[in-house]
Amino acid sequence: MSKPKFAMYWAASCGGCEIAVLNIHEKILDVDANFEVVFWPVAMDAKYKDVEEMEDDSILLTLFNGGIRNDENEHIAKLLRRKSKIMVAFGSCACEGCIPGLANFSAIEDVVDTAFSTISTDNPENLRPQPSYDMPEGTIHIPTLYPVLKTLDQVVDVDYYMPGCPPESHQIAAVIDLVIEVLQGKAELPPKGATIGAGNSTVCDECGRKRDVKTIKEFGRIQLIHADPELCLLEQGIPCNGPATRSGCNALCPSAGAQCIGCYGPAEGVLDYGARLVAAFGSVIDSDNPEEINRILDGLVDPAGQFYRFNLAGSLLRAAKPAWKPGEYIGR
Amino acid sequence: MTDTPETKPFEPTIIGFTCNWCSYRAADMAGISRMKYAPNIRLIRLMCSGRLDPTFVFKAFADGADGVLTSGCHPGDCHYVNQNYKTMRRYYLMRRVLAQMGIEPERLKLLWASASEGQIFADEVNKFVEEVRALGPLNWNADLRAQNADGNGSSILLDQLSTEEVST
Repeated sequence: MSKPKFAMYWAASCGGCEIAVLNIHEKILDVDANFEVVFWPVAMDAKYKDVEEMEDDSILLTLFNGGIRNDENEHIAKLLRRKSKIMVAFGSCACEGCIPGLANFSAIEDVVDTAFSTISTDNPENLRPQPSYDMPEGTIHIPTLYPVLKTLDQVVDVDYYMPGCPPESHQIAAVIDLVIEVLQGKAELPPKGATIGAGNSTVCDECGRKRDVKTIKEFGRIQLIHADPELCLLEQGIPCNGPATRSGCNALCPSAGAQCIGCYGPAEGVLDYGARLVAAFGSVIDSDNPEEINRILDGLVDPAGQFYRFNLAGSLLRAAKPAWKPGEYIGR
Repeated sequence: MTDTPETKPFEPTIIGFTCNWCSYRAADMAGISRMKYAPNIRLIRLMCSGRLDPTFVFKAFADGADGVLTSGCHPGDCHYVNQNYKTMRRYYLMRRVLAQMGIEPERLKLLWASASEGQIFADEVNKFVEEVRALGPLNWNADLRAQNADGNGSSILLDQLSTEEVST
């Protein structure tokens, strides 16, 4: 009997998810023992046309990481969706946009300017990439950028979500174990749409720091504060995203003395990650006076960036106004 | 909601959140006193302004509201002792986030109204409707919403809402 097929793809991402998969150490041998890897650009040579020639639903499991930044990303997402039985939005970019999704704060022209015209870029002729270009040999194409970065499930149907930037290796290993058990008939798949490889609670729930005083008079940046190693960071005025962030990382950052930045995405039942943090941060401010409240809020230098660092493309508003282009939005 | 701007003057859509104990009763007072005020506002009653999850506000804007009013008991008068202070803090924080998203913070209004202040409620709603009218349509995600309404592909936002409850 031939082994079930496995694919992994990267769209708008950094490649950290691929490293995280390789970081499961000898467990990768179990992947090889149980799966035939048919498409994984970072690890093996394969062409898009090889995937196009596969039969529909012939790939059992596709881990798709990265957001949908351009038409190539969307094309491959749709192609892999057609060819795969199980499509997993793998990592924060595919689930909720992540760092590439922060471009949704700006107009696409500004994003391109930043890439091609800032002082650190050597581009004396001020060249810009063109979607198509006429050469003597014919016209060549590169992918067209979308004005707004989309998450995977804004483009195709997604079976499971695996959050994290990147997903923790022990969580990946657990998911691979589960899939292998399912193949052997020893376990059942979770219901469609479930979040796998993560907890159902919040980072605060896993965090070992003590919660004591409930309110603060000042927000401060962590590098400017000599933080108590035992006490809750938010209660020390350090903007920590733990209250809204899904558990699953064992509160890695807070236990190392850094605030949670929210890479595991919204906790179970949280529809808008940033809104939940607005509620949480609003609750800890110790003032009933509008002027003082605003003074305390001044300590949060970049609230939207703080609240939507990983989640902007997956939030309810999805992008700031300058990024929206009437008529140019391409949905699924 | 805000279509045909050529033929009709722009009528803003305002979502108003009221609290059960004060501002909803102020609206009720305005009603039973037969006060006339702009019909642009759709009121939603919560038990307390502190129940206002900021998600409600962002969702209202994402789904086509031009303005959002949040209202509650006067500071010090909250039926639940101090929850309206939380609303106040969240309101200022929300305004900052909205501004960064390119939404004029003036589209979000905070109003304190006691049960007897029907006139104040009606006047402030009128004032707010005119302020939002001056700002013009927000039309957030307009293309996306039109597409969803056309039934081309399933609605992402609607899908989310049918499966996920907004919980606190």
